[in-house]
Amino acid sequence: MATLSAPRIVTSRAEFADSYTMSRYLATGGYVALRKALTMFPEEVAAEVDEASLLGRGGAGFPAGRKWSMLRKAPVSYLVVNGDESEPATFKDHFLVERDPHQLIEGIVIAAYALQVTQAFLFMRGEFALGLERVQQAVNDAYDHGALGAKIFGSNFSLDIVVHPGAGAYICGEETSLIEALEGKRGFPRIKPPFFPAVTGLYGEPTVVNNVETMSNLPWIVENGGAAFAALGAGRSTGTRLFALAGRVRNPGVYEVEMVKNTFRDLIYDPAFGGGVIGDAAIKAIIPGGVSAPWFGPDLLDLPLGQDEVAEKGSMLGSGSIVVLDETTCVVRAAWRITKFFARESCGQCTPCREGSGWIERVMYRLEHGGGRLEDIDLLLDLCDNIAPGLTWPPQQTTICVLGPSIPSSVHSAIQMFRDDFVAHVEHGGCPHD
Amino acid sequence: MSHFRVEFRQRAEELIALYPRPRSAMLPLLHLAQEQDGYLSGEAIAEVAELTGTTSADVRGTALFYDMFHLEPVGQYVVAVCTNIACLLAGGVEMLEHASATLGCSVGATSPDGLFTLEESECLADCDVAPCVQVNHRYVRTNTPAAFDALVEDLRAGRRDHDVPHHGTLIRVRRNGGLHAPRTVVAAERLEARAARDARATETK
Repeated sequence: MATLSAPRIVTSRAEFADSYTMSRYLATGGYVALRKALTMFPEEVAAEVDEASLLGRGGAGFPAGRKWSMLRKAPVSYLVVNGDESEPATFKDHFLVERDPHQLIEGIVIAAYALQVTQAFLFMRGEFALGLERVQQAVNDAYDHGALGAKIFGSNFSLDIVVHPGAGAYICGEETSLIEALEGKRGFPRIKPPFFPAVTGLYGEPTVVNNVETMSNLPWIVENGGAAFAALGAGRSTGTRLFALAGRVRNPGVYEVEMVKNTFRDLIYDPAFGGGVIGDAAIKAIIPGGVSAPWFGPDLLDLPLGQDEVAEKGSMLGSGSIVVLDETTCVVRAAWRITKFFARESCGQCTPCREGSGWIERVMYRLEHGGGRLEDIDLLLDLCDNIAPGLTWPPQQTTICVLGPSIPSSVHSAIQMFRDDFVAHVEHGGCPHD
Repeated sequence: MSHFRVEFRQRAEELIALYPRPRSAMLPLLHLAQEQDGYLSGEAIAEVAELTGTTSADVRGTALFYDMFHLEPVGQYVVAVCTNIACLLAGGVEMLEHASATLGCSVGATSPDGLFTLEESECLADCDVAPCVQVNHRYVRTNTPAAFDALVEDLRAGRRDHDVPHHGTLIRVRRNGGLHAPRTVVAAERLEARAARDARATETK
C-alpha cells in the first residue's frame, strides 16, 4: 500500500483550473514565504535549505545547499534556473511551469536572496510555448505586485528575472551547455575542470544552476522550516519528489510522492497513482530515471523510491521519470528508439559519443528490421564498452559530458536481461512482434 | 534598411537590452525572425548578426544546432509527432504514419498546399497524453487518429487560431516590468549586504 500521508509540497494547487494566476496564488498562501525570507538573514535562509538537505531535482541529485555553499568564497554573479526538461518521458517541470509558475518565481527570488544575486535567468525549453507565456505573465504580475524588481516588498533586496527560451536541443539540459546557449552559442558542453559553473559559469563568472523543481520546493521549506522537510522521506532522500509515470500504465501522469516511503510497485499499481498495467499485463522491465538510466526487472519493483536505494542497485532516480515496459513491449525496438534519440542529440564534440551512438543505432536498426546477425549482439556490447569502459554504473566517462556514457544504458540492459529476444530477432529475420 | 519590421525591430532591441551581452539574445532573436518570416531567411540572419555583433556564418552555424530553427520555408503549421519511448509504447510510430497519410506529405516535407510541415520529434514532455502531437509548439492532445483528423479539419478551416497561433514560440510572450533601478544602485546594495554578512560570519567565529 502506498504511503499518502505526506503534505503536497509542490502540487498543492493542482486541482485549481486557474492555479497559474496571481489571484489564485495569493489566495492559497502565495508569496508569504518570500516575505518571511526577507526578514531573515540570507545565510539563515541558506541554512534552512541546507537543513532540508534538498537534493537537486534535475537528475544528478547534488544537494542544493552544498551547491550554494561552494560559492561562499567568491560572490555569485548569476542564478540560472534550468527549465530545459528534455529527458525522454520526463514531464514534471512541464507541469510546474504551466500549472504553478508563481511558486517557481517565489522559489527563484528566495534562492537569489540566499545567494545575494540580483540577476536570474530562467532557461525554458523552447517547445513549452504555453509555459513560456504563463511564466512571463507570472513574472510580469510579480513585478506589479512588488515581489520582483527593485526593493522587493520594501526590503533592501532587488532582483531581475529574465525568461530565456531554448530552441530544441536535449543537450542544453546539461548545465554548461545551457550556459553556452544562454551566451548565444551552440549548446556544446564545456570541458571540465572546472567541474562546476560555481567556479566559471555564465560569462566566466560564478554561477549557480538549479532545476525548476528544486526552486519550486523553496517556498514550502522557508515557510515550514528545513527540519520539517527533512522529516519527510528517509536517509539522504528527504521531502517529496515529483515522479513522471509513463509507458504501459493505466493512469500515466505526474505524481508527488514522499521519498523512500513508497516503492516502484506502489507508484505503478496503487489506484492513487498509476493504477496498474494496461490490460493487467505482466511487467517486463522498468526504466527508473529517464532513458539514461539502466533498466530494472520486475524483481526490483519493491525497491523504495530513494536516491541511494536505487543507486545501490546500479541505476538512478535521475530525472524522476519512470517508464513501464510490459510483456507486449518489444525491448529491442524500445532500446533502438532510445539509441536513435541519443544519436540525434549527441552534440558531436566527442568521438565515442558522436560515432558510437550512430553505430549502435544502425546495428539496433538492422536487428529490429531484419538483417541482424548473431555476432551483432556481442558487437553491441563491445561498442557500449568503448563508450563507457567496463559498463559500470555510475559509468566511466570518455567524453566531456554525461550524455556519452548514458548511451549504453538501454542497449546494455536490454541485452543483459533479454538476450533471448535479440536472438529471436536474428532467427526471425526481424521483429517477431510485428 | 532593416529587414525586421518596425514592431519586430523594437522587440529585438528590447530583448537585447535584457542581457549583459548582446549575443545572449541570439536564440530569442532567431525565434523572433522565424515569427516574422516563418523561417530564417538570409536577410533575417544578417540582421541578427548585426544586432548581436557576430557574423552571418556564426548565426547560421548556431541556428543549425537547434531543432526549432528552420533554414528553409516551412508550412503555416508545423506538426510534430513524438515517437520517443513513451509515445512509441502508445503507438507514436503509427500516429506518425497516419499523420503523413492525412496531411499528404512525408516526414520532413511540406504538404502540396503549403499548409503543413510534418516532423518526427523527440520527447515533448507531455507523455501522459501519448502519442504526443504539437502544432506550432502547442500541445493539441490528439492521441487517436480520429482526433488528429478532426484537428486537421479545424486547422484548415481556421477554427483553431485562438490556441494554435502561427509560428513563433514567443508570439504571445511580452515582458513588462523590470528592475527599474540603476545597476550601480543595485550593485551598491549588494556590496553593503555582503559586507554585513561577512561581518556576521566573523562575529560568530
